[in-house]
Amino acid sequence: MNPPLTYTDSGLYCPAGDFFIDPIRPVKRAVVTHAHADHARPGSESYLACAVGKPLLRMRLGSESDFHFLDYGETINLGGVNLSLHPAGHMLGSAQVRLEHKGYVAVITGDYKLGHEPTCQSWSPVECNLLITESTFGLPVFRWPPEETVVRQINDWWRDNQAKEICSVLYGYAIGKSQRVLAALDDSIGSIFTHGAIEKGVQAYRDSGVALPDTKHVASAESKQDFRGALVLAVPSAHGTTWMKRFGQVSTAMVSGWTMIRGWRRRRFMDHGFVISDHVDWPALMRAIRLCDPEEVWVDHGYSDIVARYLNDTGRKARAVESKMSRIEEDQPQSSPAASEAYQ
Amino acid sequence: MIHFAELYTRLDRTTKTNQKISALIHYFEAADPADAAWATYFLSGNRLGRVIATQLVRTWAAEEADIPAWLFEESYQTVGDLAETVALVVPDGNHHYSKSLAECVCEDLLPMRDLPEADQRSRTLQIWRNTTKQVRFVFMKLLTGGFRVGVSKRLLIRALSKHSGVNTEVIAHRLMGTWESTAESFLRLVDPDEGDSVASRPYPFCLAHAVDNKRSIEQLGEHNEYAAEWKWDGIRGQLIRRQGQTFLWSRGEILMENTWPEIEAAAASLPDGTVLDGEILAAATVGDVLPFDQLQRRIGKKRVGKKLLKEVPVVFHAFDLLEREGEDIRLEPFASRRKKLEALLRKVDPPNLRITQLMQQTAWDQLAKIRETSRQHHAEGLMLKRLDASYSVGRVTGTWWKWKVDPHTIDGVLIYGQKGHGRRANLFSDYTFAVWDGDALVPFAKAYSGLSDQEIRQVDRFIRQNTSESFGPVRSVTPTLVMEIAFEGLRISKRHKSGVATRFPRIVRWRHDKQPSDASSLAELKALLDSPTEPIEQP
Ligand SMILES: [Zn+2]
Ligand SMILES: [Zn+2]
Repeated sequence: MNPPLTYTDSGLYCPAGDFFIDPIRPVKRAVVTHAHADHARPGSESYLACAVGKPLLRMRLGSESDFHFLDYGETINLGGVNLSLHPAGHMLGSAQVRLEHKGYVAVITGDYKLGHEPTCQSWSPVECNLLITESTFGLPVFRWPPEETVVRQINDWWRDNQAKEICSVLYGYAIGKSQRVLAALDDSIGSIFTHGAIEKGVQAYRDSGVALPDTKHVASAESKQDFRGALVLAVPSAHGTTWMKRFGQVSTAMVSGWTMIRGWRRRRFMDHGFVISDHVDWPALMRAIRLCDPEEVWVDHGYSDIVARYLNDTGRKARAVESKMSRIEEDQPQSSPAASEAYQ
Repeated sequence: MIHFAELYTRLDRTTKTNQKISALIHYFEAADPADAAWATYFLSGNRLGRVIATQLVRTWAAEEADIPAWLFEESYQTVGDLAETVALVVPDGNHHYSKSLAECVCEDLLPMRDLPEADQRSRTLQIWRNTTKQVRFVFMKLLTGGFRVGVSKRLLIRALSKHSGVNTEVIAHRLMGTWESTAESFLRLVDPDEGDSVASRPYPFCLAHAVDNKRSIEQLGEHNEYAAEWKWDGIRGQLIRRQGQTFLWSRGEILMENTWPEIEAAAASLPDGTVLDGEILAAATVGDVLPFDQLQRRIGKKRVGKKLLKEVPVVFHAFDLLEREGEDIRLEPFASRRKKLEALLRKVDPPNLRITQLMQQTAWDQLAKIRETSRQHHAEGLMLKRLDASYSVGRVTGTWWKWKVDPHTIDGVLIYGQKGHGRRANLFSDYTFAVWDGDALVPFAKAYSGLSDQEIRQVDRFIRQNTSESFGPVRSVTPTLVMEIAFEGLRISKRHKSGVATRFPRIVRWRHDKQPSDASSLAELKALLDSPTEPIEQP
C-alpha cells in the first residue's frame, strides 16, 4: 500500500485530502502541528490545528486568519482521509497528525518530546504504518540529564548569583521553552522579569489555564529598577545587546539541548548552559519509534540521513526526507539572530 | 579527580583572566601537593603521551554505547572532540570513582600503557561506568593527551605566584625544563626559601612583539635607542653550559639531544656558567644562511647521518647572553649584555658558534630598505631590541620588536570546507583554496584562521547551501568565494597537486569585490618561489 503523502515544493502534501502539513509556503489548506515559526507560517487560506494552542496560533498568524480547531483525539474526514490530532508534548497545543486512508495509517510527529511536565499535555504513542519523525537531536551524543537535576542546577545558580548581588539572565526560546522553564523556577528566591516576546507567550499560556509564577515585564519596570538578585528570562538574540545594560552585572545562561556540546556553549560566550530540550533525545527517539512500531519511518528535520541509516542498519525500513524547512533558533545548531529577532 | 574536573569546568566556562586565576588558587589551596603537582604538569601543557591508541578508544566507546562504528564517527564529526564524544555517547555512569588526580594518573593511566589490550579495555570501561560525564570527559582528555583549557603558562604562573607568595620570575624559572610531577617538587616550586640550582634549567624566553599596522615603526621612538639585526628563520634555542655539561633547549622547552651534534660540540669550549640565547640555522661555518626548508630536513631525525651532516651543516647564531660566570645577568641592559657576549665569543671563538651581526646604526627609512632585502638573505625581516632594556620573561611589550617583511598574498577560491575543532566544532571553518591552472582550479593552501566569528558563520552557511559533493568530512563547494591568502614562504613539493607548498597560510580578508575568475593563477603563485631550489621530499 502506498502512503497517502508526498513531498512538494510547498512541503508535505496529502493529495487525497488536499491539504498540507506545516507547509513552507502559503497554500489553500494547512494543517499545523504547533505555533513555532518554522511550522506555522502566515499566508495560507485556512488552518487546521489543535484547539489547546488557540491563543498561541492567533498570536503567530494573526486573529483574522481562517482557523478550524480540533480537540486532541477528535476525528474529521477530509476527502476520504480521517484526520486526528494527538499530544506531542513539545509545547502547549503541539500535536502529532494521524492520517488514515483506506486502512493505511501515517503519523507525522511534528516536534515532540517524551516525559511529563506541567506546561503541556504529554506525548503518547500512536500506532501506525508510516511514522514521519523529526530528528533535531538524532545523534547518540544527545542524552538529556534528568529534568529535576537541571532544574535544581538552575535554581542553585540563581541563588548563587543572588548571594553575589548580581542579576541572572536566562536565555531560552520565547514560546514554549521559556514558559516551561518559568514553571520550574523557585519563585521564593526572588522576582522574575521577562523580555517582551516571552511575556506575550506567558500571557497566552495563562489564558489557556497554565499556572505560572508571577512575572514582571522588563519594559514596564521602573527606570531605576534594581535588578540585583532578580532573574530575567530573555531571548538569546538579546545577548550582548544594549538592552542588557539596564541589568548591571549579570551572569548569563542558556537553556537548550545544544548546550550539551562544549563547542556550542563556548561559541556563544555564555557563562552557563542548562540542558533542557523540548525535542526527543537519542534514546527517546528510538523508544518512540519502538512504541509506534511503524513498517516504515521517514526521517525529517535534523540529522535525517544519519537516523535513517541507523534504522535501516538495525532492521527497520527508513529513509531521509527533506522538507526544506528553515529552522528556528531552538531547532538548529547554527543560530541565526534574524530568526529569533522575529519574535521581539 | 572530581575536584580537578570541577577546576577544568570552571576554567573552561570563563574567558575572564581573574576568574581563571581565582579558580586555580581555589584549587591549589585545597589540593594535596601530589594532585597539585599533576595539575601543574597538565595545565602547563605537558601530556602523558600515548596511553592507548585512539582507534581502540573509539571502538570501545561505540560498543559501550551500543552503536555502530560509523555512527560514532558521525557523532565525533559533530562534536569535534574525541574525549567529549566518548563522554557523551557512553550512557551516564554512577559516581563511584573517588580516586584523586594523582591516584588516577599513577594507578590507572600510566600503568595502562603496558597492559594487554583486553585489560586496557576492561579497566577503561570500568572507569567509564563509574564516572559522570564531567569526570569521564576530563579522564578522556588526559588519556588521549589533548589537554587544553585556555590557561596559558603565564596565567598558571601568576596563579601559583599568588597562591605561594613566590614571585612570578622565580616560579617561571623553576617550572622550566624537566619538571617532575611529584608532591616534593610541587612543594619546592611554591617554597619561598628554596634555592635554585638545577644545572639543566633554562631561563624563560623573551618574546618579541610584531611591528605592524597597529603599531608602526614611527611609534617605537628614536632609531638610536635600538639595536637592529636580521630576524632569522631558524629554530630558537637556549644553549646552556654548566658543570661541564651542555643542554640545548627549544622555545617549546624541549631538551634537544643528539639533534645538533655540531652545536653541542662547539658548546664544550664555553666556560662553565654560560647561557646563550640564539637561533639554530642551516649554514656552513663560513658562508650564507640556507633556506628554512634545508634546516627542516634535519628536524625530527632521531639520528643524523653523515651525509645529512655534510649537506646541511648547522650553526648556533648567538644573539644574547643570559648567564655569565654563573651569574644571572638578565637584568642588565641589552647594550651591556651584548658587549659581554662579544667579549666572550671573541675569547673562545668555536666553529659552529657565531654571533649575530648588528646593523650599523641607520635611520628608520634606511632600515626599511635593508628589510626589503630580507628574503635574499633567507631572513624573515628585522629584529629591533631596546638597548636599555633588560631581558624580560615572556612577551613584554616594548623591549623586542619583530619587523617582518610583508607576507606573500594570493587571491584564492574556496573549493573545500571541513568542520573545525573545539570552539568551531560543528561549523565548517577549515577551508581549502585553489588557484587557476588554465581553466582548472588546483588547491594550493589550507587555511582556518583570519576570519571573524560572524564571517565564519556566513561561510558555514554558504558551504551548507552550496555543497556539490561530500567525501567523508570534506564538502566540495561550488567555487564562488574569493579570499586573499597570506603565507610566509613557498617551496616546491611533489606531494602537492599544485607543485608548491605554502608555509603558514592564513586568510587576510574576504574579497567580496572579486569573482572566482579574478582569482590568481598558478603561474603568479610560482613566481613567488623564494629560491628555485631542487624539490625536497619530506621524510
Ligand atoms: Zn517547535
Ligand atoms: Zn521545529
